[in-house]
Amino acid sequence: MARMTMIEAIRDALDVAMGADPSVVVFGEDVGYFGGVFRCTAGLQAKYGKTRCFDTPINESGIVGAGIGMAAYGLKPVVEIQFADYMYPAYDQIVSEAARLRYRSAGQFTCPMVVRMPTGGGIFGGQTHSQSPEALFTHVTGLKTVVPSNPRDAKGLLLAAIEDPDPVIFMEPKRLYNGPFDGHHDRPVTAWKSHELGEVPEGHYTVPLGKAVLRRQGRAATVLTYGTMVHVALAAVEESGVDAEVIDLRTLLPLDMETIVASVNKTGRCLVLHEATLTSGYGAELAALVQAECFWHLEAPIRRVAGWDTPYPHTHEWSYFPGPARVAEALRQLVEVA
Amino acid sequence: MQRPDPNDYPPLGLVVPEPEVRPGGQPDFSHVAIPRAGTVRRPPVDVDPEEIRDLAFTIIRVLNREGQAVGPWAEALEITPDDLLIGLRHMMTLRIYDARMLNAQRQQKTSFYMQHLGEEAISCGFQRALAPGDMNFPTYRQAGLLIAAGYPLSAMMNQIFSNAEDPMRGRQLPVCYSSREHGFFTISGNLATQFIQAVGWAMASAISGDRKISAAWIGDGSTAESDFHAALVFASTYKAPVILNIVNNQWAISTFQGIARGGSGTFAARGHGFGIPSLRVDGNDYLAVLAVAKWAAERARRNLGPTLIEYVTYRAGGHSTSDDPSAYRPAEESTAWPLGDPVLRLKNHLIALGHWSDERHAQAEAEILAEITEQQKRAEAIGTLHHGQHPSPADMFEDVYAEMPPHLLKQRHEAGF
Repeated sequence: MARMTMIEAIRDALDVAMGADPSVVVFGEDVGYFGGVFRCTAGLQAKYGKTRCFDTPINESGIVGAGIGMAAYGLKPVVEIQFADYMYPAYDQIVSEAARLRYRSAGQFTCPMVVRMPTGGGIFGGQTHSQSPEALFTHVTGLKTVVPSNPRDAKGLLLAAIEDPDPVIFMEPKRLYNGPFDGHHDRPVTAWKSHELGEVPEGHYTVPLGKAVLRRQGRAATVLTYGTMVHVALAAVEESGVDAEVIDLRTLLPLDMETIVASVNKTGRCLVLHEATLTSGYGAELAALVQAECFWHLEAPIRRVAGWDTPYPHTHEWSYFPGPARVAEALRQLVEVA
Repeated sequence: MQRPDPNDYPPLGLVVPEPEVRPGGQPDFSHVAIPRAGTVRRPPVDVDPEEIRDLAFTIIRVLNREGQAVGPWAEALEITPDDLLIGLRHMMTLRIYDARMLNAQRQQKTSFYMQHLGEEAISCGFQRALAPGDMNFPTYRQAGLLIAAGYPLSAMMNQIFSNAEDPMRGRQLPVCYSSREHGFFTISGNLATQFIQAVGWAMASAISGDRKISAAWIGDGSTAESDFHAALVFASTYKAPVILNIVNNQWAISTFQGIARGGSGTFAARGHGFGIPSLRVDGNDYLAVLAVAKWAAERARRNLGPTLIEYVTYRAGGHSTSDDPSAYRPAEESTAWPLGDPVLRLKNHLIALGHWSDERHAQAEAEILAEITEQQKRAEAIGTLHHGQHPSPADMFEDVYAEMPPHLLKQRHEAGF
């Protein structure tokens, strides 16, 4: 075991993958010599050479499109979109191409590519460095979408994503890069080194895609969440005094329904939590699935807490962010329903 | 310094380009400058792109009006009469296949078709410059690549009819073929996406220290897409072993090429800003297409980087079976097109060489038609769009992922499969 930040854990996963498999190539804007604006690829070019880790022109469609061609050739590209907010120029390549190569060619051509992108707010990034567009990926069949919440999962999930035969969208909550963040922006920053999930096994291991994990056991309610909001949920549970279960989904698609259904059937109450905007968000899918699978066990309407339906505002970041106070209030209301 | 007063200027006005002629008008291509065959020089493959900027504004031509192959591009070809006969047969096959499939669509045996009429030389000729293992990233109007690579016509027809033997299992719109084995990447239907993918494929070959090259294909209209620019930036930056092909057939459905080209003079000239050697070639001249393709492939194989080629041609038919060109261009425009018919031009060349005759041509046509008709009968016996055997609807859920995830399995059961 080694103590790592999420950045170091991601870099370690890339290092392990590149060391084990010469077909793994890593590229994106500022990814090569400099090692990425968040430093996730630092040192990889020096170690593996510039044909396996390199800088690209500022053209996200080009980055993903070239990656698709490389994947079709037989390489395993792990490309970085500098911010999830910058992925829109690549959306056609992701949706119409990467996600459908296997289907439309009846398996002749496949796309084992990972598209990494920092996601979420909480760093005063304004409306173009804070978005959480995961629902735009979970809606696309042919893609898998992963959102880790800690260094240990990040490394294992990224290695699983790289080894997956299909395209995987790997969204890294940037507010978690350097430490767990429970939404209390006014308190001192904590570091991963003092968190048990900052302990990362050395060498190769995977965290399987499609498996959620229970972060806290409880009896009164179930919180379904992922990424940064896992830590916010845990804080809100403590502060509300509501004995809720917190499920870290880890993979949004394919979704671990078994874990979700077992928990909601036990607690009878469900809160869905994400940082992304509310309307047509991934939480709507979760709520629909829970009501379909757990309806006769539900004792209260499913609640959703999410980012407001506005662009991510700069100065009002903490009024926008669904922090522990909002989540705690929703939990209290959820358990008050008779 | 005085601030400018906008009132000192006349009001602004938007320019919307228009083709020279619309239906009812007299087609006139006198403005298309066509150099005599054999007059454009052939530079060495390692030439400095700055020294051949003029080649993006001329037209490289090999076959002259007398059916002779002339000039430096012809001399470099080293082609045998048998090669020429094979080329002619590929083009004739594509033309007859097109006519049969077009007719099959009218008989409602398939939903849709796109023909190559007038553009046969480009894909049939180009493929002969590639080697096994090389990869094309085609658009919907390059089926000649498959024919020249020896892909079975029966497989193509089964795809058109979406029947039980369709290699794409009825999932793709007709003409969206795919054959990795024959160097033919799966056709998207979205425009221009394949152009940058071809560059990525070529980069992968170079990263791997391989010897394979790739070819990107795009139409004149789709060069306006951002992915065209992405491809040129990446190809230029990494000197990818890729041939970037633009088929300028003058029309993007109903929109004339001037809308995409803007003020740039030619599509080939787009390569200049990227330092990519850019050539313009007579797309109706099988030998010119092959000569230029071989030059570009040689550059790619020697790791000299990408080449941009504009094939000047004319889309003699409609865009697709859903299109009626008489609504936006004169019906006579096709016959007025000054570069002629690619099949006739190669046929006349073979006759001039003494290796072919009108009789043998008519006989070959009859043979090819009989062969295609026979194959079509067999394909139709398997099934057409609304009749016969089709892939099982249960197959609809396969190949979305390598392994079917639980939610999809559940939906398949719900659908009754």
